[in-house]
Amino acid sequence: MNDTILGLLAFGLVLLTALSSLVLAYLRRKSGISLRIIPAYRNLRRAVGRVVEDGSRLHLSLGRGGLVTPQSASSLAGLALLRRLGNITSITDRPPIATCGESAVTLLAQSTLQRVAEEMHLAPDPSSARLTGLTPFSYAAGAIPAIRDENVSITMMMGNFGVEAALLLDACDRANVLSVAGSDHLTAQAVIYAGAGEPLIGEEVYAAGAYLESSPLQAASLVVQDGLRWLLIAILVGGVLLKVAGLL
Amino acid sequence: MKPKGLFSIIVASVFGLLVLTGYFIKLSLLVKISDLFLNWAILLAAFAVLLGIFNLLIVHMRKMASRQKGSGYSLLLVLAMLTTFVIGVIIPFYPKAAPALDFVFRAFQLPIEASLMAILTVTLVYSSIRLLGRRLNVFSIVFLLTVLLILLGTVSFPFLGTLPWLSDLIRPFVAQVLAGGGARGLLIGVALGSLVMGLRVLFGADHPYGGK
Repeated sequence: MNDTILGLLAFGLVLLTALSSLVLAYLRRKSGISLRIIPAYRNLRRAVGRVVEDGSRLHLSLGRGGLVTPQSASSLAGLALLRRLGNITSITDRPPIATCGESAVTLLAQSTLQRVAEEMHLAPDPSSARLTGLTPFSYAAGAIPAIRDENVSITMMMGNFGVEAALLLDACDRANVLSVAGSDHLTAQAVIYAGAGEPLIGEEVYAAGAYLESSPLQAASLVVQDGLRWLLIAILVGGVLLKVAGLL
Repeated sequence: MKPKGLFSIIVASVFGLLVLTGYFIKLSLLVKISDLFLNWAILLAAFAVLLGIFNLLIVHMRKMASRQKGSGYSLLLVLAMLTTFVIGVIIPFYPKAAPALDFVFRAFQLPIEASLMAILTVTLVYSSIRLLGRRLNVFSIVFLLTVLLILLGTVSFPFLGTLPWLSDLIRPFVAQVLAGGGARGLLIGVALGSLVMGLRVLFGADHPYGGK
């Protein structure tokens, strides 16, 4: 199969996903779409409610994924989550803080938190979103004081992390801070499963938007994602059966 | 939605769609436009590094000014940052300064990162021990058993060497078949999640930037 056909097929898949999401969102705009329960998000909602009541802070660690790299999707998911958490906590006088290991993501996080501060009628604080380091360990070392010293009660880790995630999770444990964590990196997922209070596995990282502030399009996109997964399972099983039968 | 926010979404969607289409459909004009936008993005990302470092400097200077806890470390960070920056800038004009930068990396950066890696080993063992206390379920038990099997199948024992069945059969089967299959499943999930996340940003359902 040459590159042109492969490219067109891939583009067709993207179009199919986009159209299915739009159509499903339109058809179910009134009745709504029920999503399966992800314990981490259910517990996060409760914990965010407690943050609003007790006046502590929420810390979002956005990892090291850049915007022009394959890891950008997890960084975008983290930024979208920051926006939502900012909206939810905007009734308090303690805006969330964000730590990043990549410069462009830091700028976007600053822009998001500036908007949250404006809504809270507070002066924007340029240090609420900060670049803590550009290498994995310097990033972790710079983010640990934020967890420890800034009256944080929840740390969300969402983005691209490596094994350094273990240091951040350990800091959460020591400071008695609830950790909700997910990454697109396989090694980090293993570390997060062992160390996080509430781990997010696989594509659960990208579902934050739909679970925290659902819009029809967000919920529909998750249903389409599940549909695509079943399609891929069917293709894999079919391929194996054809191979065993000697037809492929 | 305010006009400024709507404008951001329209710009992001139009540019994103053009780059996406140019990636898949190899029409000469489309590819040129797509490459041009990608180059702009790379330039902006490079400039963002400077802004990010400036942000780091501001955060620590504010920490020092307000005499917050750990402001001594902030002073050290600022001094080290400025020294390294100055050395890095003068190297093209004065190449004899290159060994100084090399010294900074070898004497400070490398040992500190190696120490953190050593701490990481202890942290990972501690996390694994605490896992059953945190979440006692079948998945946690399978996770820990897998870790133990892989470790036992990898290490060499005094007088015994490696354990024959474990290192020759069980460990490769667990690592390459069971764990390998699981890892591919997770990666497919991540890829699907990335695709859907990207589309949500293109449609403006998720807009991870400022503007109301």
